[in-house]
Amino acid sequence: MSNLREDKKVIHSPRIGVLALQGDFAAHADALREAGAEPLLVRAPEALVLAGPESLDGLILPGGESTTFLKFLERDRLLGALASFVREKPVFGTCAGCILLAHKVTHPAQQSLDAMDIDVERNAYGRQIDSAVVEVETKLPGPPLEMVYIRAPRISRAGPAVEVLAERDGFPVLVRQGNRLASTFHPELSLDRRVHRLFVDIVAANVQQ
Amino acid sequence: MAETNGNYSGATGLRLKTGLAEMLKGGVIMDVMTTQQAVIAERAGAVAVMALERVPAMIRAEGGVARMANPALIREIIHAVSIPVMAKARIGHFAEAQILQQLGVDFIDESEVLTPADEAHHIDKHAFKTPFVCGARDLGEALRRIAEGAAMIRTKGEAGTGDVVHAVKHMRQIVKEMKALTVLSEQELYAAAKEHRAPYELVRMVAQNGKLPVPNFSAGGIATPADAALMMQLGAEAIFVGSGIFMKDGTTPLDVELNAQGAPRTPKEREEAESRANAIVIATTHCRDPKVLAEVSEKMTGAMKGLAVAALDERQLLQTRGW
Repeated sequence: MSNLREDKKVIHSPRIGVLALQGDFAAHADALREAGAEPLLVRAPEALVLAGPESLDGLILPGGESTTFLKFLERDRLLGALASFVREKPVFGTCAGCILLAHKVTHPAQQSLDAMDIDVERNAYGRQIDSAVVEVETKLPGPPLEMVYIRAPRISRAGPAVEVLAERDGFPVLVRQGNRLASTFHPELSLDRRVHRLFVDIVAANVQQ
Repeated sequence: MAETNGNYSGATGLRLKTGLAEMLKGGVIMDVMTTQQAVIAERAGAVAVMALERVPAMIRAEGGVARMANPALIREIIHAVSIPVMAKARIGHFAEAQILQQLGVDFIDESEVLTPADEAHHIDKHAFKTPFVCGARDLGEALRRIAEGAAMIRTKGEAGTGDVVHAVKHMRQIVKEMKALTVLSEQELYAAAKEHRAPYELVRMVAQNGKLPVPNFSAGGIATPADAALMMQLGAEAIFVGSGIFMKDGTTPLDVELNAQGAPRTPKEREEAESRANAIVIATTHCRDPKVLAEVSEKMTGAMKGLAVAALDERQLLQTRGW
């Protein structure tokens, strides 16, 4: 068993799941490949086992419609498996995924995993006509980061344990709390891979431990 | 901070438009005529709703000129749900599209289901900030719409029939023509562009990537979970369901409305609509899992009474509108 663990560390790139119920999971899978990880599409609770050679090293909750995600989570008993997974292993949520990770969701209120100490307001920037591409300074190394916002939510509160890696108009847009990362924009829709690389690094460091 | 969302036609504008289409992938977009239908769609897990006054089956049965829905209805539906709201404009009717954009509709469907307003020109979709979806029966038609600024293509099928045969025909046609382009040499692409009556640059893009430069969804006659799974396996990236969820037959919707006490007026019919909406959403996500498909198909009560496309007169077809 310790040998298997050893193999994983040395030979394999991190195995990162992408929740593939709906949304732009394929774009995330491509981005993960470019960032040096092995993506696996997750549609069933069995894929979220916490131990064993088939277990995932981390998970991405993609963009899409958060109400649709929730419907499937309730229906397919995925909610429990997902809640256990995000407490144990690194997770990264973008847009709808960020909404799922929140402590509290407003506009309208809906269920969430309470995996990060953030409150999120849905569709806070308006409708599709208010979607935008902007360039923003971040705490990541390198030049300002291009950010694609599509009917984006807003992080209206971030607790003291949450590190804000970037802000737009005074509100956090890229946040980290331990092994958990969330963005209200869609790094998977840009060519810049710095955010996915950061997550792959978080996952790789967690595997080594 | 450089704001670049004022550019509707350039690369940035198109990325924002196709970006929303990316978010809808793997989902179901449902036609709704009332706020209660919209609420049922959202609760079932639809990724968006299409606000209409009459679904295609009713337009087909009742005839007359079919126009953009009443803005008051569209506003009500926008307020009733948190998911994106789409609405249809007539082919070439850019003034209807301007009104829809003003209302805050998230996607405009320039649709052959409504009566065309222009016999030669489609809407110049680059002039709008709101993204457009357009129907297509073959690759050339899809690429002409993309050249005009469409951010999403859907197969036309034959709307309002509950017969999936032409959705299949159009999807197979587009996929086959895309595959054929990938094996052509650079110099053969010029002639291919001429044959498809499509811009060379777009034809070249498809030849290189083997797929459309925008998401490719399916519509037109999808009525059951099995239909949705079929279209997804044939290459659709998401599903539009028109008359299949809320119609009993071609003319009468299921009664899903609430009474004064807030309870369903006709519980059995509301449950039937809910069961259809749920089943099609699950079937679309789990389209390659026959076990799940069997399960949800079994749970679904009733299905729209269909109309065989083969029995329709040429003049009754909606798909031949647009060019």
